[in-house]
Amino acid sequence: MSDKYIARSKAVAARVLGGEMIIMSAVDSKLFSLSDVATVIWEAADGRTPLSEIVAKRVCAEFDVPADVAYQDAEVLVEELATRGILSISNQPVADAEPATEAL
Amino acid sequence: MSLMQELNDKALHLGVPLSAHLDITYRCNERCEHCYLDHDDHGEMTTAEIKDVLRQFADAGVFFLTLSGGEPLMRRDCFDIIEYARSLAFNVKFKTNAVLIREKEAQRLRALGVEQVQISVYSHRPEVHDAITKVRGSLERTIAAIRFLRSQGLRVTMANVSMRGNRGDTEGVHALARELGARYTLDPTITPMMDGNTSVLRLRADASEISSYFHNPALVGDVESFCAPPAPIDDQVLEGLPCSAGHTSCYISPYGDVYPCVQFPLTCGNVRQQKFLEIWQHSPQLAEVRSIRLKHLTTCSSCTHAGSCTRCPGLAYMEGNMRGPSSADCEKSFVRTGIVTAGMMARKASAPAPVLVQIAPAPTLTA
Repeated sequence: MSDKYIARSKAVAARVLGGEMIIMSAVDSKLFSLSDVATVIWEAADGRTPLSEIVAKRVCAEFDVPADVAYQDAEVLVEELATRGILSISNQPVADAEPATEAL
Repeated sequence: MSLMQELNDKALHLGVPLSAHLDITYRCNERCEHCYLDHDDHGEMTTAEIKDVLRQFADAGVFFLTLSGGEPLMRRDCFDIIEYARSLAFNVKFKTNAVLIREKEAQRLRALGVEQVQISVYSHRPEVHDAITKVRGSLERTIAAIRFLRSQGLRVTMANVSMRGNRGDTEGVHALARELGARYTLDPTITPMMDGNTSVLRLRADASEISSYFHNPALVGDVESFCAPPAPIDDQVLEGLPCSAGHTSCYISPYGDVYPCVQFPLTCGNVRQQKFLEIWQHSPQLAEVRSIRLKHLTTCSSCTHAGSCTRCPGLAYMEGNMRGPSSADCEKSFVRTGIVTAGMMARKASAPAPVLVQIAPAPTLTA
Protein backbone atom coordinates (compact mmCIF):
# COMPACT_ATOMS: atom_id res chain seq x y z
CA MET A 1 0.00 0.00 0.00
CA SER A 2 1.51 3.34 -1.00
CA ASP A 3 1.23 6.07 1.57
CA LYS A 4 -0.67 9.26 1.02
CA TYR A 5 0.50 12.83 1.39
CA ILE A 6 -2.01 15.51 2.20
CA ALA A 7 -1.62 19.27 1.74
CA ARG A 8 -3.87 22.05 2.87
CA SER A 9 -5.43 23.94 -0.01
CA LYS A 10 -4.11 27.45 -0.52
CA ALA A 11 -7.59 28.64 -1.42
CA VAL A 12 -9.08 28.33 2.03
CA ALA A 13 -9.38 30.57 5.05
CA ALA A 14 -9.07 29.07 8.50
CA ARG A 15 -9.30 30.22 12.07
CA VAL A 16 -9.70 28.62 15.48
CA LEU A 17 -12.70 30.06 17.28
CA GLY A 18 -13.22 28.94 20.84
CA GLY A 19 -11.23 25.77 20.19
CA GLU A 20 -13.12 24.93 17.01
CA MET A 21 -11.45 25.04 13.58
CA ILE A 22 -13.47 27.01 11.06
CA ILE A 23 -12.64 26.68 7.37
CA MET A 24 -14.03 28.52 4.38
CA SER A 25 -13.18 27.59 0.83
CA ALA A 26 -12.58 30.44 -1.58
CA VAL A 27 -13.64 28.16 -4.42
CA ASP A 28 -17.28 27.90 -3.42
CA SER A 29 -17.53 30.04 -0.25
CA LYS A 30 -18.66 27.02 1.76
CA LEU A 31 -18.11 27.19 5.48
CA PHE A 32 -16.99 24.15 7.46
CA SER A 33 -16.38 23.33 11.07
CA LEU A 34 -13.84 20.57 11.69
CA SER A 35 -14.00 17.98 14.45
CA ASP A 36 -11.09 17.65 16.86
CA VAL A 37 -9.57 14.75 14.92
CA ALA A 38 -10.05 16.50 11.58
CA THR A 39 -8.38 19.60 13.01
CA VAL A 40 -5.31 17.63 14.06
CA ILE A 41 -5.03 16.08 10.60
CA TRP A 42 -5.65 19.45 8.90
CA GLU A 43 -2.96 21.16 10.93
CA ALA A 44 -0.45 18.44 10.13
CA ALA A 45 -1.24 18.38 6.40
CA ASP A 46 2.06 19.83 5.23
CA GLY A 47 2.31 17.78 2.02
CA ARG A 48 5.52 16.15 3.25
CA THR A 49 4.48 14.00 6.21
CA PRO A 50 2.84 10.71 5.19
CA LEU A 51 -0.74 10.28 6.37
CA SER A 52 0.27 7.13 8.26
CA GLU A 53 2.80 9.14 10.23
CA ILE A 54 0.28 11.88 10.97
CA VAL A 55 -2.15 9.27 12.26
CA ALA A 56 0.49 7.47 14.33
CA LYS A 57 2.22 10.50 15.79
CA ARG A 58 -0.59 13.02 16.06
CA VAL A 59 -3.99 11.33 16.05
CA CYS A 60 -3.13 8.25 18.12
CA ALA A 61 -1.08 10.39 20.47
CA GLU A 62 -4.01 12.66 21.22
CA PHE A 63 -6.99 10.32 20.94
CA ASP A 64 -7.56 6.89 22.39
CA VAL A 65 -8.04 4.91 19.19
CA PRO A 66 -6.27 1.86 17.66
CA ALA A 67 -3.88 2.78 14.86
CA ASP A 68 -5.54 0.68 12.15
CA VAL A 69 -9.00 2.05 12.91
CA ALA A 70 -7.64 5.58 13.08
CA TYR A 71 -5.94 5.20 9.71
CA GLN A 72 -9.07 3.87 8.03
CA ASP A 73 -11.12 6.73 9.46
CA ALA A 74 -8.43 9.22 8.45
CA GLU A 75 -8.49 7.96 4.86
CA VAL A 76 -12.24 8.48 4.67
CA LEU A 77 -11.90 11.90 6.25
CA VAL A 78 -9.18 13.18 3.93
CA GLU A 79 -11.11 11.93 0.90
CA GLU A 80 -14.10 13.91 2.15
CA LEU A 81 -12.00 17.04 2.75
CA ALA A 82 -10.38 16.65 -0.68
CA THR A 83 -13.81 16.39 -2.31
CA ARG A 84 -14.66 19.73 -0.72
CA GLY A 85 -11.43 21.31 -1.96
CA ILE A 86 -10.07 21.85 1.55
CA LEU A 87 -6.97 19.74 1.01
CA SER A 88 -5.30 17.75 -1.74
CA ILE A 89 -4.11 14.13 -1.69
CA SER A 90 -1.04 12.90 -3.49
CA ASN A 91 0.95 9.70 -3.70
CA GLN A 92 4.14 11.76 -3.48
CA PRO A 93 5.30 14.56 -1.21
CA VAL A 94 4.02 17.96 -2.29
CA ALA A 95 6.91 20.40 -2.71
CA ASP A 96 5.23 23.78 -2.23
CA ALA A 97 2.69 22.94 0.48
CA GLU A 98 2.13 25.11 3.54
CA PRO A 99 4.11 24.01 6.63
CA ALA A 100 2.37 22.26 9.49
CA THR A 101 0.76 24.56 12.02
CA GLU A 102 -0.55 24.33 15.53
CA ALA A 103 -3.26 26.94 15.24
CA LEU A 104 -4.32 29.56 12.76
CA MET B 1 -29.43 27.43 12.68
CA SER B 2 -26.82 27.87 9.95
CA LEU B 3 -23.13 27.40 10.67
CA MET B 4 -22.61 31.10 9.94
CA GLN B 5 -25.20 32.03 12.56
CA GLU B 6 -23.57 29.64 15.03
CA LEU B 7 -20.22 31.23 14.26
CA ASN B 8 -21.58 34.72 14.88
CA ASP B 9 -23.23 33.68 18.13
CA LYS B 10 -20.04 32.04 19.32
CA ALA B 11 -17.94 35.08 18.43
CA LEU B 12 -20.41 37.33 20.24
CA HIS B 13 -20.32 35.10 23.30
CA LEU B 14 -16.51 34.99 23.29
CA GLY B 15 -16.09 38.69 22.49
CA VAL B 16 -14.18 37.92 19.30
CA PRO B 17 -14.02 40.39 16.39
CA LEU B 18 -14.99 37.87 13.74
CA SER B 19 -15.00 40.46 10.94
CA ALA B 20 -12.72 43.40 10.32
CA HIS B 21 -12.71 46.00 7.60
CA LEU B 22 -9.39 47.68 6.88
CA ASP B 23 -9.11 50.57 4.47
CA ILE B 24 -5.47 50.64 3.41
CA THR B 25 -5.76 54.05 1.75
CA TYR B 26 -8.28 56.81 1.18
CA ARG B 27 -6.54 57.81 -2.06
CA CYS B 28 -8.55 57.04 -5.15
CA ASN B 29 -8.35 57.23 -8.90
CA GLU B 30 -12.03 58.11 -9.14
CA ARG B 31 -13.87 61.07 -7.68
CA CYS B 32 -17.34 59.69 -7.12
CA GLU B 33 -19.75 62.48 -6.41
CA HIS B 34 -21.32 60.75 -3.40
CA CYS B 35 -18.09 59.58 -1.76
CA TYR B 36 -17.73 60.25 1.97
CA LEU B 37 -13.92 60.29 1.99
CA ASP B 38 -11.19 62.90 1.85
CA HIS B 39 -8.81 61.43 -0.74
CA ASP B 40 -5.66 63.20 0.40
CA ASP B 41 -3.03 61.15 2.21
CA HIS B 42 -2.76 62.39 5.80
CA GLY B 43 -0.19 59.81 6.85
CA GLU B 44 -1.26 56.29 5.94
CA MET B 45 0.07 53.33 7.84
CA THR B 46 3.21 51.85 6.34
CA THR B 47 3.40 48.33 4.96
CA ALA B 48 5.01 47.17 8.20
CA GLU B 49 2.31 48.83 10.30
CA ILE B 50 -0.46 47.25 8.26
CA LYS B 51 1.15 43.82 8.48
CA ASP B 52 1.41 44.26 12.22
CA VAL B 53 -2.29 45.12 12.38
CA LEU B 54 -3.08 42.01 10.34
CA ARG B 55 -1.05 39.87 12.75
CA GLN B 56 -2.95 41.42 15.64
CA PHE B 57 -6.24 40.76 13.87
CA ALA B 58 -5.32 37.09 13.42
CA ASP B 59 -4.32 36.79 17.07
CA ALA B 60 -7.62 38.38 18.10
CA GLY B 61 -9.56 35.83 16.03
CA VAL B 62 -10.58 37.88 13.00
CA PHE B 63 -11.64 35.50 10.25
CA PHE B 64 -13.44 37.66 7.67
CA LEU B 65 -11.23 40.48 6.43
CA THR B 66 -12.39 43.19 4.04
CA LEU B 67 -9.58 45.13 2.37
CA SER B 68 -10.76 48.33 0.79
CA GLY B 69 -10.16 52.05 0.35
CA GLY B 70 -10.29 54.61 -1.35
CA GLU B 71 -8.97 52.50 -4.12
CA PRO B 72 -6.70 49.90 -2.47
CA LEU B 73 -4.72 49.37 -5.66
CA MET B 74 -3.47 52.95 -5.39
CA ARG B 75 -0.97 51.51 -2.92
CA ARG B 76 2.05 49.88 -4.55
CA ASP B 77 2.16 47.34 -1.73
CA CYS B 78 -1.48 46.30 -2.15
CA PHE B 79 -0.69 42.78 -3.39
CA ASP B 80 1.99 42.40 -0.74
CA ILE B 81 -0.67 43.20 1.87
CA ILE B 82 -3.17 40.77 0.35
CA GLU B 83 -0.53 38.06 0.18
CA TYR B 84 0.38 38.61 3.80
CA ALA B 85 -3.29 38.55 4.80
CA ARG B 86 -3.77 35.27 3.01
CA SER B 87 -0.67 33.81 4.65
CA LEU B 88 -2.49 34.47 7.93
CA ALA B 89 -5.44 32.48 6.55
CA PHE B 90 -8.00 35.29 6.53
CA ASN B 91 -11.04 35.01 4.34
CA VAL B 92 -10.34 38.06 2.18
CA LYS B 93 -12.94 40.18 0.48
CA PHE B 94 -11.42 42.84 -1.77
CA LYS B 95 -13.37 46.02 -2.55
CA THR B 96 -12.19 48.01 -5.54
CA ASN B 97 -13.37 50.05 -8.49
CA ALA B 98 -11.31 47.60 -10.60
CA VAL B 99 -10.03 50.29 -12.95
CA LEU B 100 -6.46 49.07 -12.35
CA ILE B 101 -7.24 45.38 -12.71
CA ARG B 102 -6.11 43.65 -15.87
CA GLU B 103 -5.44 39.99 -16.62
CA LYS B 104 -2.23 39.87 -14.56
CA GLU B 105 -3.88 41.38 -11.48
CA ALA B 106 -6.89 39.08 -11.84
CA GLN B 107 -4.57 36.06 -12.00
CA ARG B 108 -2.77 37.26 -8.90
CA LEU B 109 -5.98 37.71 -6.93
CA ARG B 110 -7.02 34.22 -7.94
CA ALA B 111 -3.66 32.73 -7.01
CA LEU B 112 -3.79 34.40 -3.61
CA GLY B 113 -7.14 32.80 -2.82
CA VAL B 114 -9.16 35.98 -2.45
CA GLU B 115 -12.69 34.83 -1.72
CA GLN B 116 -14.56 37.60 -3.48
CA VAL B 117 -14.09 40.93 -5.18
CA GLN B 118 -16.68 43.65 -4.76
CA ILE B 119 -16.78 46.33 -7.43
CA SER B 120 -18.80 49.52 -7.54
CA VAL B 121 -20.87 49.91 -10.70
CA TYR B 122 -23.27 52.84 -10.83
CA SER B 123 -24.85 52.35 -14.23
CA HIS B 124 -24.75 50.18 -17.32
CA ARG B 125 -24.53 53.41 -19.33
CA PRO B 126 -21.01 54.86 -19.63
CA GLU B 127 -22.25 58.43 -19.69
CA VAL B 128 -23.99 57.94 -16.33
CA HIS B 129 -21.34 55.82 -14.56
CA ASP B 130 -18.49 58.02 -15.77
CA ALA B 131 -20.35 61.18 -14.76
CA ILE B 132 -20.61 59.83 -11.20
CA THR B 133 -16.96 58.66 -11.01
CA LYS B 134 -15.80 61.75 -12.91
CA VAL B 135 -13.42 59.53 -14.90
CA ARG B 136 -14.08 59.13 -18.59
CA GLY B 137 -13.84 55.50 -19.69
CA SER B 138 -14.12 54.16 -16.13
CA LEU B 139 -17.14 51.93 -16.83
CA GLU B 140 -15.43 50.38 -19.82
CA ARG B 141 -12.32 49.61 -17.78
CA THR B 142 -14.35 48.30 -14.85
CA ILE B 143 -16.36 45.96 -17.07
CA ALA B 144 -13.16 44.70 -18.72
CA ALA B 145 -11.76 44.01 -15.25
CA ILE B 146 -14.87 42.08 -14.24
CA ARG B 147 -14.44 39.91 -17.33
CA PHE B 148 -10.80 39.23 -16.39
CA LEU B 149 -11.79 38.36 -12.83
CA ARG B 150 -14.62 36.11 -13.94
CA SER B 151 -12.37 34.36 -16.45
CA GLN B 152 -10.18 33.43 -13.47
CA GLY B 153 -13.21 31.98 -11.73
CA LEU B 154 -13.26 34.68 -9.09
CA ARG B 155 -16.50 35.53 -7.37
CA VAL B 156 -17.45 39.11 -8.23
CA THR B 157 -20.17 41.21 -6.65
CA MET B 158 -21.30 44.33 -8.45
CA ALA B 159 -22.31 46.88 -5.82
CA ASN B 160 -24.80 49.33 -7.21
CA VAL B 161 -25.19 52.43 -5.06
CA SER B 162 -28.35 54.12 -6.21
CA MET B 163 -28.72 57.88 -6.09
CA ARG B 164 -30.29 60.70 -8.01
CA GLY B 165 -27.61 60.61 -10.70
CA ASN B 166 -28.34 57.04 -11.77
CA ARG B 167 -32.08 57.00 -11.25
CA GLY B 168 -33.79 54.25 -13.22
CA ASP B 169 -30.60 52.32 -14.01
CA THR B 170 -30.85 49.50 -11.49
CA GLU B 171 -32.47 47.10 -13.97
CA GLY B 172 -29.70 47.79 -16.46
CA VAL B 173 -26.94 47.20 -13.92
CA HIS B 174 -28.68 44.06 -12.71
CA ALA B 175 -28.86 42.76 -16.29
CA LEU B 176 -25.19 43.61 -16.80
CA ALA B 177 -24.30 41.62 -13.67
CA ARG B 178 -26.19 38.62 -15.00
CA GLU B 179 -24.41 38.91 -18.35
CA LEU B 180 -21.01 39.06 -16.63
CA GLY B 181 -21.79 36.23 -14.20
CA ALA B 182 -21.47 38.56 -11.23
CA ARG B 183 -23.62 38.88 -8.15
CA TYR B 184 -25.59 42.06 -7.74
CA THR B 185 -26.31 44.15 -4.69
CA LEU B 186 -28.23 47.38 -4.53
CA ASP B 187 -27.69 49.93 -1.80
CA PRO B 188 -29.53 53.25 -1.63
CA THR B 189 -27.45 54.43 1.34
CA ILE B 190 -25.54 57.66 0.94
CA THR B 191 -23.64 58.56 4.10
CA PRO B 192 -22.39 61.93 5.32
CA MET B 193 -18.69 62.56 4.84
CA MET B 194 -16.33 61.35 7.56
CA ASP B 195 -15.88 64.95 8.75
CA GLY B 196 -19.63 65.30 9.26
CA ASN B 197 -20.30 67.26 6.08
CA THR B 198 -23.81 66.33 4.97
CA SER B 199 -23.82 68.01 1.56
CA VAL B 200 -23.64 64.67 -0.26
CA LEU B 201 -27.00 63.67 1.22
CA ARG B 202 -28.69 65.77 -1.45
CA LEU B 203 -27.74 62.95 -3.84
CA ARG B 204 -29.84 60.34 -2.02
CA ALA B 205 -32.41 58.51 -4.13
CA ASP B 206 -35.89 59.83 -3.45
CA ALA B 207 -38.68 57.89 -1.79
CA SER B 208 -40.41 56.92 -5.04
CA GLU B 209 -37.17 55.43 -6.39
CA ILE B 210 -36.54 53.47 -3.18
CA SER B 211 -40.14 52.31 -3.24
CA SER B 212 -39.65 50.93 -6.73
CA TYR B 213 -36.74 48.80 -5.45
CA PHE B 214 -38.72 47.49 -2.52
CA HIS B 215 -41.55 46.45 -4.82
CA ASN B 216 -39.34 44.75 -7.40
CA PRO B 217 -39.39 40.95 -6.94
CA ALA B 218 -36.11 40.64 -8.85
CA LEU B 219 -34.47 42.59 -6.04
CA VAL B 220 -36.36 41.58 -2.91
CA GLY B 221 -37.95 38.24 -3.75
CA ASP B 222 -41.41 37.93 -2.24
CA VAL B 223 -42.64 41.54 -2.31
CA GLU B 224 -45.69 40.83 -0.17
CA SER B 225 -43.57 39.38 2.59
CA PHE B 226 -40.80 41.98 2.23
CA CYS B 227 -43.25 44.87 2.45
CA ALA B 228 -45.53 43.33 5.06
CA PRO B 229 -46.40 45.36 8.17
CA PRO B 230 -43.91 44.67 10.98
CA ALA B 231 -44.63 41.85 13.40
CA PRO B 232 -45.44 42.87 16.97
CA ILE B 233 -42.31 43.36 19.05
CA ASP B 234 -41.72 41.45 22.26
CA ASP B 235 -39.19 41.48 25.09
CA GLN B 236 -36.83 39.22 23.15
CA VAL B 237 -36.68 41.76 20.32
CA LEU B 238 -36.10 44.60 22.76
CA GLU B 239 -33.22 42.73 24.38
CA GLY B 240 -31.59 42.35 20.96
CA LEU B 241 -28.53 44.16 19.62
CA PRO B 242 -28.91 47.01 17.14
CA CYS B 243 -26.26 45.46 14.83
CA SER B 244 -22.90 43.69 14.86
CA ALA B 245 -20.81 46.91 14.80
CA GLY B 246 -18.42 46.85 17.74
CA HIS B 247 -19.71 43.47 18.89
CA THR B 248 -18.22 41.06 16.36
CA SER B 249 -16.95 43.51 13.75
CA CYS B 250 -14.86 46.63 13.52
CA TYR B 251 -13.21 49.03 11.11
CA ILE B 252 -9.70 50.50 10.92
CA SER B 253 -8.84 53.53 8.82
CA PRO B 254 -5.58 53.94 6.84
CA TYR B 255 -4.38 56.10 9.73
CA GLY B 256 -4.91 53.40 12.32
CA ASP B 257 -8.10 54.76 13.87
CA VAL B 258 -10.41 52.06 15.17
CA TYR B 259 -14.17 52.47 14.75
CA PRO B 260 -17.08 50.11 15.37
CA CYS B 261 -17.83 50.13 11.63
CA VAL B 262 -16.87 51.98 8.46
CA GLN B 263 -20.20 53.76 8.71
CA PHE B 264 -19.85 54.58 12.42
CA PRO B 265 -17.11 57.23 12.87
CA LEU B 266 -16.83 56.96 16.64
CA THR B 267 -13.09 56.85 17.33
CA CYS B 268 -12.34 54.09 19.83
CA GLY B 269 -8.55 54.18 19.73
CA ASN B 270 -5.60 54.07 17.35
CA VAL B 271 -3.41 51.06 16.64
CA ARG B 272 -0.37 53.32 16.37
CA GLN B 273 -0.77 54.10 20.07
CA GLN B 274 -2.30 50.92 21.48
CA LYS B 275 -2.52 47.25 20.63
CA PHE B 276 -5.66 46.36 18.72
CA LEU B 277 -6.82 43.85 21.31
CA GLU B 278 -6.40 46.39 24.08
CA ILE B 279 -8.67 48.78 22.17
CA TRP B 280 -11.13 46.02 21.31
CA GLN B 281 -11.40 44.82 24.88
CA HIS B 282 -11.04 48.04 26.87
CA SER B 283 -12.18 51.01 24.80
CA PRO B 284 -14.83 52.98 26.72
CA GLN B 285 -16.44 53.90 23.41
CA LEU B 286 -16.81 50.28 22.37
CA ALA B 287 -18.10 49.46 25.84
CA GLU B 288 -20.80 52.08 25.39
CA VAL B 289 -21.76 50.77 21.95
CA ARG B 290 -21.93 47.24 23.36
CA SER B 291 -24.13 48.30 26.24
CA ILE B 292 -26.95 49.38 23.94
CA ARG B 293 -29.91 47.08 23.41
CA LEU B 294 -32.97 47.89 21.32
CA LYS B 295 -34.87 48.70 24.52
CA HIS B 296 -32.38 51.51 25.19
CA LEU B 297 -33.06 53.36 21.95
CA THR B 298 -34.68 56.66 22.76
CA THR B 299 -37.31 56.69 20.03
CA CYS B 300 -36.96 53.41 18.17
CA SER B 301 -37.73 51.19 21.18
CA SER B 302 -41.34 52.34 20.98
CA CYS B 303 -41.53 52.07 17.19
CA THR B 304 -43.60 49.36 15.55
CA HIS B 305 -40.70 48.78 13.16
CA ALA B 306 -38.20 48.04 15.96
CA GLY B 307 -37.91 44.36 15.11
CA SER B 308 -37.56 44.72 11.36
CA CYS B 309 -35.98 48.12 10.71
CA THR B 310 -32.52 48.25 9.14
CA ARG B 311 -31.61 51.09 11.52
CA CYS B 312 -27.90 51.86 11.29
CA PRO B 313 -26.44 53.04 14.61
CA GLY B 314 -23.61 54.71 12.71
CA LEU B 315 -26.01 56.84 10.68
CA ALA B 316 -27.89 57.64 13.89
CA TYR B 317 -24.58 58.66 15.47
CA MET B 318 -23.84 60.93 12.54
CA GLU B 319 -27.26 62.51 13.08
CA GLY B 320 -26.20 63.28 16.64
CA ASN B 321 -27.27 60.34 18.81
CA MET B 322 -26.16 56.73 18.56
CA ARG B 323 -29.29 55.77 20.53
CA GLY B 324 -31.56 57.77 18.26
CA PRO B 325 -33.21 57.00 14.96
CA SER B 326 -31.51 57.12 11.59
CA SER B 327 -33.75 59.20 9.35
CA ALA B 328 -32.65 57.35 6.20
CA ASP B 329 -33.69 54.04 7.75
CA CYS B 330 -36.96 55.55 9.03
CA GLU B 331 -37.69 56.50 5.45
CA LYS B 332 -36.87 53.01 4.20
CA SER B 333 -39.15 51.39 6.78
CA PHE B 334 -41.93 53.78 5.86
CA VAL B 335 -41.51 53.34 2.11
CA ARG B 336 -41.35 49.58 2.50
CA THR B 337 -44.49 49.18 4.61
CA GLY B 338 -46.42 52.43 4.34
CA ILE B 339 -46.43 52.68 8.14
CA VAL B 340 -45.02 55.84 9.70
CA THR B 341 -42.09 55.33 12.08
CA ALA B 342 -41.71 56.70 15.60
CA GLY B 343 -38.70 58.66 14.40
CA MET B 344 -40.72 60.39 11.72
CA MET B 345 -43.41 61.33 14.21
CA ALA B 346 -40.83 62.63 16.67
CA ARG B 347 -39.21 64.77 14.01
CA LYS B 348 -42.56 66.18 12.99
CA ALA B 349 -43.45 66.99 16.59
CA SER B 350 -40.14 68.70 17.25
CA ALA B 351 -40.05 70.67 14.03
CA PRO B 352 -40.00 74.40 14.74
CA ALA B 353 -43.30 76.20 14.34
CA PRO B 354 -43.57 78.13 11.13
CA VAL B 355 -42.18 81.61 11.43
CA LEU B 356 -44.96 84.12 11.60
CA VAL B 357 -44.42 87.01 9.27
CA GLN B 358 -45.64 90.17 10.80
CA ILE B 359 -46.81 92.67 8.29
CA ALA B 360 -46.11 96.13 9.50
CA PRO B 361 -48.66 98.80 8.72
CA ALA B 362 -47.66 101.01 5.89
CA PRO B 363 -46.26 104.31 7.08
CA THR B 364 -48.71 107.08 6.96
CA LEU B 365 -47.98 109.48 4.30
CA THR B 366 -48.29 113.03 5.39
CA ALA B 367 -48.38 116.00 3.27
